[in-house]
Formats: sequence, C-alpha cells, structure tokens
Amino acid sequence: MFETIIVSLQGLFGSAWPLVYSIAKIVAIVAPLLLGVAYLTLAERKVIGYMQVRIGPNRVGPKGLLQPIADALKLMTKEIVIPSGSNKALFILGPLLAIAPALAAWAVVPFSPELVLANVDASLLYIMGITSMGVYGIILAGWASNSKYAFLGGMRAAAQIVAYEIAMGFALVGVLMAAQSLNLVEIVKGQAGGVHHWYFLPLFPLFIVYLIASVAETNRAPFDVVEGESEIVGFHVEYSGMTFAIFFLAEYANMILVSALTALMFLGGWNPLFDFAPFTWLPGFIWLLGKVCFVLFLFLWFRATFPRYRYDQIMRLGWKVLIPVTLVWILVVGAMMQTPYDYLFH
Amino acid sequence: MERIKNFFSTFLLWELLQGMAVTGRYFFAPKITVEFPEERTPLSPRFRGLHALRRYPNGEERCIACKLCETVCPAMAITIDLAQREDGSRRTTRYDIDLAKCIFCGYCEESCPVDAIVETRIFDYHGESRNDLLYTKEKLLAIGDQNEEQIAKDRATDAKYR
Repeated sequence: MFETIIVSLQGLFGSAWPLVYSIAKIVAIVAPLLLGVAYLTLAERKVIGYMQVRIGPNRVGPKGLLQPIADALKLMTKEIVIPSGSNKALFILGPLLAIAPALAAWAVVPFSPELVLANVDASLLYIMGITSMGVYGIILAGWASNSKYAFLGGMRAAAQIVAYEIAMGFALVGVLMAAQSLNLVEIVKGQAGGVHHWYFLPLFPLFIVYLIASVAETNRAPFDVVEGESEIVGFHVEYSGMTFAIFFLAEYANMILVSALTALMFLGGWNPLFDFAPFTWLPGFIWLLGKVCFVLFLFLWFRATFPRYRYDQIMRLGWKVLIPVTLVWILVVGAMMQTPYDYLFH
Repeated sequence: MERIKNFFSTFLLWELLQGMAVTGRYFFAPKITVEFPEERTPLSPRFRGLHALRRYPNGEERCIACKLCETVCPAMAITIDLAQREDGSRRTTRYDIDLAKCIFCGYCEESCPVDAIVETRIFDYHGESRNDLLYTKEKLLAIGDQNEEQIAKDRATDAKYR
C-alpha cells in the first residue's frame, strides 16, 4: 500500500522526487513536534495549576483545549518591535538560531528501530554538537538587543550552558561506554529485554546528572536565571510577537528533545517495561511517547516545586558537584568493565 | 555529625524529593478555584458594592438632602444639589456618585440618618467610559428599586449589630 503510493508519487514529481521526499519526511517530524510544543505549554499551565490547587486554563474550547491555538494566534497578530538601538540583522537572527538546532536535532532521533530520518553512526555526537548551537541564538539575542537586562541574560546563558554542557557530555560518555556505540538506534537496542536492562539502573548517578543538566540546558526552572522573569526578565525582554514566540517554541522543542533523549538513552526508548505478554502488545512508539511524556511531566513538576537557584549556586552545582560525580561514575563504570561484573553495565 | 547528615540529605536529593512529594500530593488535591460567572462565593450582608438610593414602601424617596454623605465622603465622590419641593419638603435635585472616585468605604451609608444611600451586593458592573461610571440620582434610585428586597433583608440581618 505505502510502497505503491511512493512509486506513483515518484512518477509524478520526476527528478524533483528526492527533494520532495526529504521535505515530506521533515514535515512529518516537525509538524507533530510543533503541535506537541503547543500542547506542552497547555500541559505545563494545567500541571502547575493543579499543583497549586488551581485548575488552570479551561475557557477556550472544551476543557481549555484550544488555548494554545488562541495563544499562537495572539502572538502572530502582535507587532514585532525592533528596538532602535539594536543590531537589526542579529536581532532577527537570534530567534532563528535558537529554533533551528532545536528542530535539526530531531533528524537523528529514532522513533522505532526503522523509523528514523537519518540513521547516522555518530548520532549521539551530532546531538551533542547541534544542541550546543542553540545557546548562540540566546547569546546573540541578548547581545543584539542592546539592553542591559537582555545582555545579562545572554551572559548568564553562556556561563550556564558551558558549565552544564560538560556534565551532560560526561553523562553521555557513560551511556556510550555501556552501549559501545554512538548510534542512538544501537543504544536503544542495547537496552532491550525489560526494565532491568535499561541504562538508568547501572548508570543511575549519570541519569540523575543528565536529568539535572538537561533542565539547566533548556533554561527551565529551577535553573531559569537566564529568563528569570521576576528579576531580569531575561535575554528576550526586547522581543515581541512572533520573534518572542519563536524563542518560546525553541525552549519547548528543546524540552521535548532532551526528554526524548533521556527516554532513548536511559529509559529504554521504545522497549516495553517488561518483555512479556501484556506489555509487548503496545507498539514501541507508544512506549517511547509514554516515556517522553513522563520525563516532560518531571520537568513541569520541577518547575512547580523548586525555587530558582541563585546564579553562584548554579555555577557551584555544575562545576563542583555534577562534573565530579560524573567523572567518578565514569571511572567506576570503566573499572567495572575490566572485572567479571562487566555484564552489569550492558 | 550534623554536617554529614546535612551533606547526605542534600547530595542524595532527599530534600528535593520531599519537596516534590508535597507538590505531588497537591496535584491530586481537590481544587479550590471558583469558576466565577457560573459559581460565586458567599457575600456578607455588610458587603460594600455598588450604591443604591432607597425609597419608603409608599414610593417616597428616603433621601432628605442633609448632605451628610457628601460631607463625610473621603474621596469627594458625591455631589448633591437640593431644592424645596412644592409640598415644602427638602429633596435633592441632583445626587451624583462618581464611581471612578469612590473608594467603597461605606461612610455614606453609615452617616445616612434615613438609610437612603446604601451599598448593595452588586460588584460585577462595568462602564465603557468614565462617564458610564458617573451614577446619577435616577440610576441610583433604579438600582434601589430593583434590589430593594435584598437590600432590606441585608439591613435587617445586620440591624442588631449596628
């Protein structure tokens, strides 16, 4: 069925087919992602509301389900104000540089053993590289705004990302050692066979560090000093309308991305909880989605619970706690791999 | 010893987990939100909302234009003009309350010797311009006429405490 459609479309587009097919695949990933982003904002408001004993937005559409649509329409119709003191080109480039890596990283994220846009061998490396690019958008936005608060936000972003990128990278080194592969599909395949094979058990400290570092990397509460709405408002004070919306989009797309990566690398990806009857009935995609939603819920839960870290505390946590912890555990993993207990880490 | 205990409860994220347990518990707690237009919270009989001018049961307006409310009003929101009616009684020809100035302190109601000016339970009114918030004698009397039952009941409930 699918094959015949592909063949007939191939005839229709002729030599333009590879391009059309690639674009179609990209749209097939980005469109649900953007929808997911929209509804993640609603989920966030609802979850935080519930934890504050309120009910959250419930007026637009049934149960408030059209709220993200209304928000998007509002932002689209608003004026884009460009401050006269700003560097216009860089000011516009900022949000674009923030959103592009957040979307580009999805190219190598596998949704099932076969369903992946680009099954590259160094996909973990690609993810590390491309997600680090996102902060340039933030720094650029902070700097190009020519506003002292935006500038402070940008500087904080730079320092914070540098500190936590290292801890995050070391946490991934642990995964890489356990899986013996940089390929995300191989990493997930290495975790097949039930919850006791998932990497979050042997790499538990790294899992926690990765979780904390990913919260910091996405500038989410309690590490949201970059935005810090109650003190400096952050790198996007000068942005409005669609340019602001794109920063918003990038933040939430990054959240979904790091949640998906956590699910893939530590929580067994599309592997079911147990490798027997009722659990294997659900398709792998549903399992992956469920795990991503779980990690996203943790993100919202953190935001509803923890007060914001002070800037120096963030630096202390990153450099003096997380990085040593990861280093020690990598050493432990490496040493254990030379002993007969090697099998515990695979 | 205390420091070691502190170190472990922080390092092992025990304190953070306790915090998350609290929010996790409240996630399932019954919600206290009152969905306003459909649901309303109970109001006190002493509630100080929109003003009204009352009449006696025979239809005669209570206000005798003594100007006590105008004098006591700390926001100077009340303006009264008066004249003698044909039957010789003292009556207002103008009784304006500028709700944009009013601070809803209730002094006008307290000062009134004949319970003419009162504050009702109405709080969800609006005006689309400042002029809409200038309530004239006719408007205030109309509000009083419409809500006389509730107004009288509230005064009766509160009477023994006054």
